[in-house]
Amino acid sequence: MNYDLSIPMQLSAALLPDLLLIGGAMVLMLVAAWRDESAEHQRAVGIGSILLAAGVLVMVLVQGARGATAGPGVIAVDSFRWASDAVFLIAGIIALALSIEYNSRERIDTAESHVLVLFAVAGMMLMVASRDLMVLFLGIELMSVAVYVLAGMNRRSGRSAESALKYFLLGAFSTGFLLYGIALVYGATGTTNLATIGERINTFNLQQTPMLLVGIALLLVGFAFKIAAAPFHMWAPDVYEGAPTPITGFMAAGVKAGAFAALLRVWLEAFPGVYSEWHKAVWWLAAITMIVGNLVALQQRNLKRMLAYSSIGHTGFILVALASGTSQAATAFVFYLLAYTLATMGAFAVMVSLGTSTSPRESIEDYHGLWQERPGMAVAMTVFMLALLGFPIFGGMGFFAKWYVLQAAMQAPAPQTRLAVILVITTAVSAGYYLSLVIAMFMKPRPAGAAPLPPSGAWSRAVIAVSVIIILVFGAWPDPVVNLVNKHSSLGTPAQTAMPRPAPETAALP
Amino acid sequence: MDRTYLPVLLLLGFVALNAVAMVALSTMVLRRRPAPVKDQPYESGIPPLGDARERFSVKFYMVAMLFIIFDIETVFMIPWGVYFKQLSCTTGLVNGMCPAGMTSFFGLGEMLVFMVILLFGFVYVWKKGALQWD
Repeated sequence: MNYDLSIPMQLSAALLPDLLLIGGAMVLMLVAAWRDESAEHQRAVGIGSILLAAGVLVMVLVQGARGATAGPGVIAVDSFRWASDAVFLIAGIIALALSIEYNSRERIDTAESHVLVLFAVAGMMLMVASRDLMVLFLGIELMSVAVYVLAGMNRRSGRSAESALKYFLLGAFSTGFLLYGIALVYGATGTTNLATIGERINTFNLQQTPMLLVGIALLLVGFAFKIAAAPFHMWAPDVYEGAPTPITGFMAAGVKAGAFAALLRVWLEAFPGVYSEWHKAVWWLAAITMIVGNLVALQQRNLKRMLAYSSIGHTGFILVALASGTSQAATAFVFYLLAYTLATMGAFAVMVSLGTSTSPRESIEDYHGLWQERPGMAVAMTVFMLALLGFPIFGGMGFFAKWYVLQAAMQAPAPQTRLAVILVITTAVSAGYYLSLVIAMFMKPRPAGAAPLPPSGAWSRAVIAVSVIIILVFGAWPDPVVNLVNKHSSLGTPAQTAMPRPAPETAALP
Repeated sequence: MDRTYLPVLLLLGFVALNAVAMVALSTMVLRRRPAPVKDQPYESGIPPLGDARERFSVKFYMVAMLFIIFDIETVFMIPWGVYFKQLSCTTGLVNGMCPAGMTSFFGLGEMLVFMVILLFGFVYVWKKGALQWD
């Protein structure tokens, strides 16, 4: 069906999954406040949140299968949106399941933490749905404010508070860049609608307008903060280390994914006409991010910090897809995102599962000889590490994720050969830290005085099992995921998006 | 480059010059004769009572935050009230009036949604006991 977004009822229908999630989260927020804080209440609200998110996930998949479209307006209705929504909701459900277990163990009895995850997911869904810079900003704030609070959810931990404060200050700072960028783009084009911006750039020949280019640059800086691309990544390791483990996973997977989806939509819908201008900036951002993330990750002995730098490295890999500037990048992106989300959240699930409140199992040494004591956990962690590395077959989806990014980079009208070479080399470097954890688990002996491992909770075991299965199954059979995204993507037709602009005219500025 | 901004630049230059000149002149002309009373921070003529870095109860911040949240509500209601006639009409106004049969509940509905969302926040705050001083 085709939604006419100028009619309020049809606009609401096109936004139904998002509205349902927000409305349900508001009710759950009151439910959370209705009783005093207790472990049982926390668990009940957590289960309610999972059910709500699962319901919305089903709805999103149904919408994706129906292939609805929409006329011009402030939100997009296309398969890129539904597929990204599904990834965000999966990340949210995993984070909720792990939070229930983690909060019970750490005696964090605030039931609101689960509802905040739902609000953050709603923000991401709004971001990927936005076809207007103002809606985009609304989504970013809805997501960010919820996550600032989530990072500091462990009120007894000074590190958690430090993490929240750092994230809040830097996040607010980056929002300033983003807003200034939006203002300048509006100043140059006279609209905040992405499609109209794209049209006006071509109609009025705005390609060389300094105001527009500065606006795009500031927007890129704002997004680079949110996706933790080098050199705007400094906050990530500290924030990831201090936040509660399930929330760290959620930030590394979900928050990054949301900002990336919005970045892709803005860049492919509004700025294809200025490809040759922003391409240089994205090129360098991708190259530096890949190199810095993967090289620094080699030196980390703390697993959370290592995964933080690994997530920075992955940011660089996804930026390669963006640098190609084609709609193929969107497909590669969604596939990459699903693989990366499951592998990263899975690794954090293993940490939640094996940690205790006195020994959080955050250093690599804690995993020495895991194979002898918990063979299942060691095998699952190996699958996650191989998926992050992009190893064929045993790494499942991880291999195809990298493959699609490389394909998007090489099949673009302007092939990104040098970026592809950097991608392959830095992937080889990343084997150094992913495989060193595998070696530690399988070949090192268990230290003599090591504290005994606790019995794993049902939630984390379920998350780990489901993640491993999805990674391996869709790794052997990736077509369903790819088709879901490809079917009705309205994100720039390849011919229009991919065409590099002809040589810049030397026409004088007015 | 057109010269629309020239006066602004001139003003900026004048302000900077003025600031530098004031500090420079006062250091050149001034004769330093420090005394304990002169070194005290000036606060409307009253002698200072203690250190400014005191600890406040977090309740003050709580009240301030809640005030801001519900104050913003009013900020949004004023433009809505000014524009209410146009929002309740499916076509343009004729002589400041809506043609017969063209009125709608759109404007009212939008504000109701906004108020209900705020009401949720209000009930939450109340239930959490943030409105109680003790």
